[in-house]
Amino acid sequence: MAAGVATWLPFARAAAVGWLPLAQQPLPPAPGVKASRGDEVLVVNVSGRRFETWKNTLDRYPDTLLGSSEKEFFYDADSGEYFFDRDPDMFRHVLNFYRTGRLHCPRQECIQAFDEELAFYGLVPELVGDCCLEEYRDRKKENAERLAEDEEAEQAGDGPALPAGSSLRQRLWRAFENPHTSTAALVFYYVTGFFIAVSVIANVVETIPCRGPARRPPREQPCGDRFPLAFFCMDTACVLIFTGEYLLRLFAAPSRCRFLRSVMSLIDVVAILPYYIGLFVPKNEDVSGAFVTLRVFRVFRIFKFSRHSQGLRILGYTLKSCASELGFLLFSLTMAIIIFATVMFYAEKGTNKTNFTSIPAAFWYTIVTMTTLGYGDMVPSTIAGKIFGSICSLSGVLVIALPVPVIVSNFSRIYHQNQRADKRRAQQKVRLARIRLAKSGTTNAFLQYKQNGGLEDSGSGEEQALCVRNRSAFEQQHHHLLHCLEKTTCHEFTDELTFSEALGAVSLGGRTSRSTSVSSQAVGSSSLLSSCCPRRAKRRAIRLANSTASVSRGSMQELDTLAGLRRSPAPQSRSSLNAKPHDSLDLNCDSRDFVAAIISIPTPPANTPDESQPSSPGGGGGASSTLRNSSLGTPCLLPETVKISSL
Amino acid sequence: MATVRHRPEALELLEAQSKFTKKELQILYRGFKNPCPLSHQECPSGVVNEETFKEIYSQFFPQGDSTTYAHFLFNAFDTDHNGAVSFEDFIKGLSILLRGTVQEKLNWAFNLYDINKDGYITKEEMLDIMKAIYDMMGKCTYPVLKEDAPRQHVETFFQKMDKNKDGVVTIDEFIESCQKDENIMRSMQLFENVI
Repeated sequence: MAAGVATWLPFARAAAVGWLPLAQQPLPPAPGVKASRGDEVLVVNVSGRRFETWKNTLDRYPDTLLGSSEKEFFYDADSGEYFFDRDPDMFRHVLNFYRTGRLHCPRQECIQAFDEELAFYGLVPELVGDCCLEEYRDRKKENAERLAEDEEAEQAGDGPALPAGSSLRQRLWRAFENPHTSTAALVFYYVTGFFIAVSVIANVVETIPCRGPARRPPREQPCGDRFPLAFFCMDTACVLIFTGEYLLRLFAAPSRCRFLRSVMSLIDVVAILPYYIGLFVPKNEDVSGAFVTLRVFRVFRIFKFSRHSQGLRILGYTLKSCASELGFLLFSLTMAIIIFATVMFYAEKGTNKTNFTSIPAAFWYTIVTMTTLGYGDMVPSTIAGKIFGSICSLSGVLVIALPVPVIVSNFSRIYHQNQRADKRRAQQKVRLARIRLAKSGTTNAFLQYKQNGGLEDSGSGEEQALCVRNRSAFEQQHHHLLHCLEKTTCHEFTDELTFSEALGAVSLGGRTSRSTSVSSQAVGSSSLLSSCCPRRAKRRAIRLANSTASVSRGSMQELDTLAGLRRSPAPQSRSSLNAKPHDSLDLNCDSRDFVAAIISIPTPPANTPDESQPSSPGGGGGASSTLRNSSLGTPCLLPETVKISSL
Repeated sequence: MATVRHRPEALELLEAQSKFTKKELQILYRGFKNPCPLSHQECPSGVVNEETFKEIYSQFFPQGDSTTYAHFLFNAFDTDHNGAVSFEDFIKGLSILLRGTVQEKLNWAFNLYDINKDGYITKEEMLDIMKAIYDMMGKCTYPVLKEDAPRQHVETFFQKMDKNKDGVVTIDEFIESCQKDENIMRSMQLFENVI
C-alpha cells in the first residue's frame, strides 16, 4: 500500500459518514485501535550521527525495517534511541525516502554499497524515484557487466568450464559460438575460414584467361574452362564442408526455428544452394543461361566471413539501423536524376547523332555527372544542354554531400535513441507493474483478511490472534473502511477467480437465478466454513472454489440430485457452527474437514432453516457471529430477515 | 496557480473554531501539507485541488473507480467553491464528521447528496451518488453487480425517506427518517475515534 496516504486515512474514514444513511445493512464496528499517544519524535542514531523524525513518518512504510516492529531490535533502552551501525551518509537518503516518498540515488557513492544499504533497511530497488532511476540502472548494469566480463575472462583463462551433464548439442553449440573454448573448435573455425577463402579465390581465378595449349591461333580461355575438373573438385570439396558445417549448426542450435530465420544461416544456404541446383539441372543450352546466373550467387560465400569478423557484423547492423536515412538519400537522388535527365533530354533533343536518345538513356549521364564521375561517354552539345549540365554537376555535389553527415549524425543519434527508448519502455513496464502490484497487494490483503475470519467479533483474544495475521493499525482501519463500503452496497469484494466463476454460473443455461443462488451458496458457504476455521481457510477455499468450478459447469439435474442427497448432513454443519468455535477449534476443524470432504455443494435450503429460526441456540456471541456469517452468504434479496437477525 | 502558497489561520483560531485539540490539528496539518508524495506531479502546498483529492481517494479503493465519488466529496468539502480545499475547509469538514452532533453529521450527509445545493434531493441526484458509490466497488464483486442495482437502491432509499411521496427528499424528511432508523443512529458513532 503506498504510503504517505496513511495520513489521509482518517479523512477517508470520516468521509464514510456519507454512506451511513444509504447503508442497507448494519455497518461493522470500528476496529479497537489503542488510544493514539499523539505523535512522538524518534531518535535514530546511525554510527554517531543523530537523526530525529516523527514516528508517523516512519510508519508510512510498514513493510520496511524502520516502519515495522523490526526496528525494536535496534532499540537501546539506556539512551532511548535506535542505534544502527551503518553508513550515516547513506542513511540520509533512506530517511529522505520516508519523508518525501522518493528514493534518490547518491551520485558519488558506489552503487553496490547503496544496494546493500537498501537491502538492510528493507527497501526494494524499484522504489528508486524516476529522477534517479535511469542512472541507477545504468550504473548497476555497468557494474554487472564489468563483473561478468571479469568472470568470463577468468573462465576463458581456466579453460572450458561446462556445466556437468551438458549434452552433445550444448557442447557443439558452445564450440560453434565461442571458438576459443576448445582446441577442436578453434581448428574447425580456422578450417572453415580457410575453405571460404579458397572458395572465393577459386571463383575469382576461374575467370582469369589462361594461356591455352599451344594451338594456332593461341586461344585464350578462362581457367575455369581449361581445367574444369580441377575447379569442380575444389568447388565440391568446399560445398561439402559448408554443407557439413550448416547441418552441424542446425543440429546444435538450441532453437532451430530461430536459427533458420537468422541472417547467417540464410547466407549459408545461399552459398551452397547454387551448387546443388547446378547438379540437378541438366546441361542443355536453354537453362544454362540461368545456371550461369546462379553461379553469381557463389560470391555470397564471402559474407560467411562475417562470422569470423566482428567489424563486418557491426557494419551490417549499422546499415540496417540506418536504413531510413539511406532510403531518403536514395529517394532524393532519384528525384534529382529524373528531373535532370528529363531536362537534358529535351535540351539535347534537337541535336543530330546525339547520345541522349531517351530519358532513361539520359539517366546514365545524370548519375555520372551528379556523382562527379564524369566518364565523358555522353556529353551535351547544345548551349542549353551545357548550362543544365553544369547546374546538374553543381547540384550533384550538394545532393550527395549533404545527406552523408546527416546520415552519420542520424546514425549515432538513432542508435542512442533506440537504446534510451528501450530503457524507457522497460522503466514504464516496471512502474506499471509496481502500481499493479501495490493495488493487487491491497486487494489481496483485504481478501485474505476476510478469508482469515477477520469479520468475526474481535472478542476472543488469543485464538483470534493465532488465526488472524498480525496487521498494523493502518491495515485494520483500511479494511474496516472497505468493509463498510461492502455493507453499504450489499456487494462484496472478490478476486478475479471467484468473479469469473460467478459470471460463468450466471451465464449457464436458462435457470440463471437458480444457478447463481447455488454458486453463491457455494461461495458463501466457503466463507462461512472458512471464517470458523481460519487456519484451514485457504485450503478449503481452494477446494470449494474448485468444486464450485466443477459445479458451475455441470448440469442442472446433477445439481438437484446432489442437493437432495446432501440435505441430511447440512444441519449437522449448522449445529457445529453454533457451538462455541473457539473452544474446540480442532474438533470443529476435523468435523468441518469431514463435512467439506463429502459436501461439495451446500444445499440451497441449508440457509433457510437458519433463517426460519430467528433466535438461534448457543451463546449470544456465537449466534451473532453465525447470523452475521449467514448474512454474508445471503444475497440482499431478503432484507427483512437480515433486520430480524440484527436485533 | 501553483506558486501561491496558502498559509492557514493561526492554530489557536482553528482550535477555537473546530473541536480538535492542538495536537490533533498539528498531526492533521502535517499530513495535509504533503498530500501527494507518491505521484509524479507537483502539488501546491497548502491547498488540495481536485486532482490530488481524486488520486488520494483512489489509493484507498484500488479495485474500483472512485473519481466520481471523490468529485462529490470534494464539492462537499470545498464550501466556498473556489476549486481548492484549504486547510480551514478541511478542518471544518472533519470537525463535523468526527466530532459533530448527529444532527450536524446528517446535515453534512444531506449536503453531500444534494449535488446542486438547492435543498432537495431528487432521484437523479441520488442516482448519481449511488452510481458513484457502486463504481468504487469495481468489477469483481460478489454477487455480480447488476446494471440496475444502484437504481434499486435509490428506490429503497426513497421509499424509506420520502414521507410525503413527492419525489424529493427535504432536509427535514431526511433527518426525521434517519433518526427513526436504529442502524443509522448506531453507526453514527462508528468513526469517532478516527484521529
